[in-house]
Amino acid sequence: MKKYDKLVKNAAGRMVPTIINGEEHVPFMGVGKYKPKGRKHAPYIASSIDYPDDGNKQVASLKEALIKAGLKDGMTISTHHHFRNGDLIANQIFDIAKELGVKDLRWYPSASFPCQERLIEYLEDGTINRIEGSMNGPLGKFASEGKMKGLAVLRSHGGRYQAIQDGEVQIDIAVIAAPSADPFGNANGVNGPASCGLLGFALGDSQYADRVIIVTDNIVPFPCIPWQIHGNYVDYVVKVDKVGLPEKIISGTTQITKSPDRLLIAEITAKFCEEAGLIYDGFSYQAGAGGTALSIGNYFGDILKKNDWKASFIRAGSNQYPVKLLEEGYVKYILDGQTFDMEGIRSMRENANHVNTSPFTSYNYHGKGNFASMVDVVVLGATEVDVNFNANVVTHSDGYMLHGIGGWQNCLFSKCTIIPIPLFRDRIPVIIDEVTTLCGPGEMIDVIVTERGIAINPLRKDLIEKTKHSNLPIKTIEELKAEAEAICGVPEKPRLDDEIIAAIKWVDGTVIDVVRKVPS
Amino acid sequence: MNKQSTAGNRGPGIKSDCFVELELLPYGGIQIELKSKVKALYGESIERLANDILNVFGIKNARLSIEDTGALEIIIAARIEAAIKKIVETDLEYLFPVIEENKNATDKDQFRFSRLYLPGNSPKLMLNAGIHHPNGVILDLEDSVAPDKKFEARFIIRNALRSMNFYGAERMVRINQNKKGLDDLRYLVPHSVNLILIPKAEDADDILQVNQVIDILKKEKGINHQIWLMPIIESARGVINAYEIATSANNVASLAIGLEDYTADLGTIRTNEGNESFFARSMIVTAAKAAGIQPIDSVFSDVADMEALARNVQTSKGLGFEGMGCIHPRQIAVIHENFAPDPDEIEKAKKIVLAFKEAEAKGLGVVSLGSKMIDPPVVKRAQKTIELATKMGKLSSDWDNN
Repeated sequence: MKKYDKLVKNAAGRMVPTIINGEEHVPFMGVGKYKPKGRKHAPYIASSIDYPDDGNKQVASLKEALIKAGLKDGMTISTHHHFRNGDLIANQIFDIAKELGVKDLRWYPSASFPCQERLIEYLEDGTINRIEGSMNGPLGKFASEGKMKGLAVLRSHGGRYQAIQDGEVQIDIAVIAAPSADPFGNANGVNGPASCGLLGFALGDSQYADRVIIVTDNIVPFPCIPWQIHGNYVDYVVKVDKVGLPEKIISGTTQITKSPDRLLIAEITAKFCEEAGLIYDGFSYQAGAGGTALSIGNYFGDILKKNDWKASFIRAGSNQYPVKLLEEGYVKYILDGQTFDMEGIRSMRENANHVNTSPFTSYNYHGKGNFASMVDVVVLGATEVDVNFNANVVTHSDGYMLHGIGGWQNCLFSKCTIIPIPLFRDRIPVIIDEVTTLCGPGEMIDVIVTERGIAINPLRKDLIEKTKHSNLPIKTIEELKAEAEAICGVPEKPRLDDEIIAAIKWVDGTVIDVVRKVPS
Repeated sequence: MNKQSTAGNRGPGIKSDCFVELELLPYGGIQIELKSKVKALYGESIERLANDILNVFGIKNARLSIEDTGALEIIIAARIEAAIKKIVETDLEYLFPVIEENKNATDKDQFRFSRLYLPGNSPKLMLNAGIHHPNGVILDLEDSVAPDKKFEARFIIRNALRSMNFYGAERMVRINQNKKGLDDLRYLVPHSVNLILIPKAEDADDILQVNQVIDILKKEKGINHQIWLMPIIESARGVINAYEIATSANNVASLAIGLEDYTADLGTIRTNEGNESFFARSMIVTAAKAAGIQPIDSVFSDVADMEALARNVQTSKGLGFEGMGCIHPRQIAVIHENFAPDPDEIEKAKKIVLAFKEAEAKGLGVVSLGSKMIDPPVVKRAQKTIELATKMGKLSSDWDNN
C-alpha cells in the first residue's frame, strides 16, 4: 500500500494527497466550506446478555483484556494523554502486541510524549504501522526523517473527536488509563494516586470504539463517582500496580515565566487587550499552560481586579493561577479540558464551578456548535507566522515536526485570536514569507504580539481603529518581518525532500497541508 | 606544533552564541567545520562569513571549527576575530557598518535614571536589552567578565556598539581598572560609544589618564562627538576625593557610587538600610551637585524583591540621586516609576515653564513666578521634568494648550 497518492492543490494552495494510507480524504476547501452529508458512525449494538449481571468486568491483566478484545493485525488502538509524560500504559500495550506477534497496528493517541520514545523500536519492526496523533519530541523527529511505515495524520483535539464520530477513524480497541474506576468500568481522573483531573480526551474513544478497556491502579467499589467515563461503554477493567507517574503527570509549564523578555510580551498583550476594549465585565478567555500564556492570564486577572469585573468563564488548561481567580471570585466558571497541577485537580474535585469538558463540548466542529467560538480572547503559541497571518504549530523552520496541534486549531474560532511570540528565537525569525506548514489560515488569526511590536490583521479594522491612538507599538506584519531580518539576516530556504511524511487535518476533517521529509 | 586558539562560549544553557577553534596549518587551504542549530537557515551565510574573515586577515591555511547556538553575524565575526588575534599579530579589524540607530551622540545632562549592566561576554543578554527601554545599557568589561575572557569580550562589545540596536538607550561601557582599562579604549572610542564608566576612581589623575587616551584615539580616528565619563567611586579614598573627581574634566557627566567595594573597603557589611554608606552617598550627591553633574546610585542586588527595590529608589531619590544601576530588566520600570516626577513636581514644573514662556513672549530677560525670580538652570530643570513626564505618559504632550 502506498503511503499516499493522488495529490491535488487545495484551497490554501498546498499540494495534498487525496489518498492517505489507502483511504480517501477530502482536500481543504476553505474555512466553513465543507459540510459532510450522512449519519454519524456507530459501534456495534451491545447486549447486556454478554456482560455479567453483578457488574464485575475485571480481568486479570492488560494482556488478557487485549486478547479478549480480539487484538489482531491492522487494528486501530487508541489511548489518551491526560498522564502526559508520566504515562505508563501505552508502552505496555505495544509490548504485549509485540509479544503476541501482532503487526501493522495504527496507534491513535490524543497525543504522544517523549516517555513513549521506545515505541520507535515497534515502528521499526512493523508492530506499529503508524501514529495518527500529535507527536511531541523524539517520535516526531523519527517521523520527520521519513522512517515511519505509514503516513502520520495530525488532527486537532476537536478534529480527533470529529474523525471518530464521522467514522473516518474506526477505533478497534480503546485503552483508557484511569486514576479511579469501579469494576463496572465507571471511571474518573479526580481521585486516586495518579489523579490527572479529568478524562475528557478519552470520551469519544469510550463512545465509539468497538472494545473499551479501562486500566486503573485504584479500584473503588461501584459506583465510582463522578463517572466521567460511563461503565456502560466499557468491556473490561484491569487493575495494575501503577497507572502513571504523578510527578510527571503534573508537568508541563506550570509556573509564570521569569524571562524578562517573555514577561514583556505578556505585558504588551494584556495592555493591547485592555486598550482594544476586549476585556469587560463578563468577558471570557482561554490562556494555555505556557509560561507566557500563564502570565498573560495573571495580567488579565489584575485588569479584572482593578475594575472589579468578573470573567464569565475561563477555558483552560487549568492550574493554580486560574484556580486562584475562581476562588477569589473574579471568574465565575472554569471550563477545563485538562488539569496541569495539583491545585487544578483539587479545585475540579471540590468546586462545582470548575467543570470538566471534552473535545466534544469544547471543540467538535461537526456538532451543533461548540464552545470555542464563544470565547472572547484566546492566546496561542506558534512556531512560525507568515506575512498573511497564516500560522504553523507543528514544524520548526528547519522542517522538523516536533509538536502536535492540540486544541490550537479549534481555538482559532474565538472572537479574537492573539499569538504572542518572540520576533526571533536564537536567530530564527518567527515571522516569515510563507509558513513551512500551514496549520491555521491567516483569516482566523487576529493579532501577533512580539517584544518589538504588535501586528493587527488588516481584516480586523475594528481593532486597528480602537488602538490607533494608543501608545502601543503597532506596526505592519511586513515591518515586523523586516525588523527580524535586519537583526538576524535573511534566512535561506531549508531544503526538504518531496516525500510527504504527515498530513495535517483541518477541524472539519479536510487536509489543509502536509509535512515533508527532512533530508538525513 | 601548529598555532591554536579558541574563543566564545559553549555548553549547557548557552544560546545565541558560538565557540570557535582555530588552528593555523602549514598547507592544505581553509577547512571550515560548522555545527549549528540554525544550519538549515544560515549554514551557507555563516561559512561565507568565516571565509571572508580569514581572507581579510590573510589566513590561507587553517582549520576553523564553529559550534553555533544561533549567534548573530556580528557575534560570530567577533569570536573568529578574537581567535585570530590571539595567535596572529595584526592591526587589521573586521568591522560591520555602524547602524543608523547607533550614530547618535548624547547630552551631558540627559536622563540617566536606569542603566542596565550587561556582562560583556554574554551576547544573549545584550540582544534584547534595548526592548526594556533602560536609559542606558552598560556593556561591562570589568567584574562580570572572567579574566581569561576579557580579551574576546572587547570584540563582542565593539561589534555591539556599532551594530546592535539598543532602541535609544545610551551606549555605555564599563572599562577595566588601571592599564587594562586604558587598553580597552581602543575598542570603544572609534566605535560609537557614548559614555565610559571608570571603575574604582580615586582621584582626578585616574580621569585624566583615561581622557588622555580618548583624546589621542579621537584625533587618530577623526572622532568629533563628545564621549562622556561616569567615574564610579568605590573606595574610602574615592569618597574623600569625590569633588576633585567630579570636577576633573568637562566631559565628566555623572558620578556613580559602587557600594559593594566601598563597604568592603570600610570593613563593614552592606545592609538594606544602608546606614554604613549614608555618608558616602551624601558625599557623592553633594560633590556631584557642587560640580553641576548627576549623582548616580549603586545597584540593588535582590532582583526578586520589587517592593524593596521601590523603597530603595525612593530613599535614593530623597538623598538627591538622579539614577541607579540595574542588573535585571524587570528593575527598570520600578526605577523609572519611582524616580519619575510625582504630581507635585509636575505641577511646579508646569508653572515655571509657563512663566518662562510668558517672559519669552514679552521679551523679558528675567523669569519670575509670583514674587520669586527663577534662575535659568531651574527653568531648564523644569523643562526636563515636563519632557520626562510627557515621555513617561504622566502628562499629555499638549498640556500647555488648554
